[in-house]
Amino acid sequence: MATNPMPDRGNGQRVSFFDAIDANKRNSLLLIAFLTFLVFLAISAFALMFDMGWLGFAMGAVIAILYALFSYYIGDRALLALSGAKPVSREANPYLYNLVEGLAIAAQIPAPKLYMMEDASLNAFATGRDPQHSAIVVTRGLAEKMNRAELEGVVAHEMSHIGNYDIRYMLITVVMVGLIGFMGEIILRSLFFGGGNRKGGGGMLMLLGLVLAILTPIIAMLVKLAVSREREYLADATAVKLTRYPDGLRNALIKIRDHYQPTKAATDTTASLYFADPIGKKLTGLFATHPPIEERIKLLEKF
Amino acid sequence: MGLLVCVGGIVLVLAAALVMIFNRLVVLKNRVDNAWAQIDVQLKRRADLIPNLVESVKGYMKHEKGVLEEVTKARTALMQAGTVEEKAKANNMLAGTLKTLFAVAENYPQLKASENFKMLQEELAGTENKIAYARTAYNDSVLEYNQTIQVIPYNLFAGMFGHAQKQYFGVTEAERQNVKVQF
Repeated sequence: MATNPMPDRGNGQRVSFFDAIDANKRNSLLLIAFLTFLVFLAISAFALMFDMGWLGFAMGAVIAILYALFSYYIGDRALLALSGAKPVSREANPYLYNLVEGLAIAAQIPAPKLYMMEDASLNAFATGRDPQHSAIVVTRGLAEKMNRAELEGVVAHEMSHIGNYDIRYMLITVVMVGLIGFMGEIILRSLFFGGGNRKGGGGMLMLLGLVLAILTPIIAMLVKLAVSREREYLADATAVKLTRYPDGLRNALIKIRDHYQPTKAATDTTASLYFADPIGKKLTGLFATHPPIEERIKLLEKF
Repeated sequence: MGLLVCVGGIVLVLAAALVMIFNRLVVLKNRVDNAWAQIDVQLKRRADLIPNLVESVKGYMKHEKGVLEEVTKARTALMQAGTVEEKAKANNMLAGTLKTLFAVAENYPQLKASENFKMLQEELAGTENKIAYARTAYNDSVLEYNQTIQVIPYNLFAGMFGHAQKQYFGVTEAERQNVKVQF
């Protein structure tokens, strides 16, 4: 499964920006194919439980393809809506607007749309399918509690995710894995509460459905976990290249660590999008969605 | 026959190499031009903001005619500048006069309280930041371009394909010291 385009942390910073872009575009394509197949499996499993037979497979294929298209083209709007972020106009916040536009110039990409979440926590995320269709979201807490250099560090980090197409990869992952996890849950629940198999026959199909229902969310979860951590280090490094001021980002991370509070609108599914872990479960290793903040601070000291 | 294939093969490889060299140089040059366009847009934006600023400040600062004239003069110089070096110089001059203007404005509480003035001040500060970022991006792309046309094999063909060293967008000593921020 070639889903992790970034090498491990040890040499992560030696990956060039253009390598990262190529890898992200290629892997996005692979990922969308793989996850479409998983959605197809999950829907088919669902259909099998209700003894829909071959019709179920056809339905699964159609829905999976439609959902893949939905993820790619309007998934970013769905994520923005889910987060409750509202667009920020130039008039309402010229300071933030100019800051984002300035960093877009530094990253040599078109300025992304700017959104704000009414949340006191210190966090941000970026989404979209390419730099031409992208958005940066900051929390009100971030905009108000960070000084200019710190805010520039965080925005530059998000700008890097946009510039190297991380956002496309993450968009597909979050939106599609979200659905797979959701369907897995429905299937398992309906099994426990005596749904399905109403005609009493089709034991083999039932079994197959059950296996698929259990396996798909697990695979999907592993895909998600494999992608989200290592690219944070690369985005930090690129942010420093954009601002030429590592202390800005470093102080921002320190401020987030010292004044930590969770971001309310974030869910398990969307957590990996955020600049800092919005849920704060303190999971480490395989199941962490974010690299440890201490590690990021330490790495920035080396610049 | 074998010789012919051999020679043909070598010619083909050389031609392919030449095409690659040519394309690489074009890509780098376009990056420089594109980065320059970004600076130019921001310089123009800055120049466009000045008349509004002068207009909104004039009423309050009756005794500071000299400062305003300096700003207007620097703006005209920027509008007329042609080459990269001239523009860099004019831009630095404008930055200096604007700094004086905003420093003098500190003495006029009514002016400082004016919404219009605050908006213009933020816009000009934002534009200055954008110029700084655009300049970094530009100088980076110039560095890569200049370096490439100096190394083998590019230096053998750069002149032939019409490539020459590009100028950096300069930073003056005064501007460098500017970075210090005090609270």
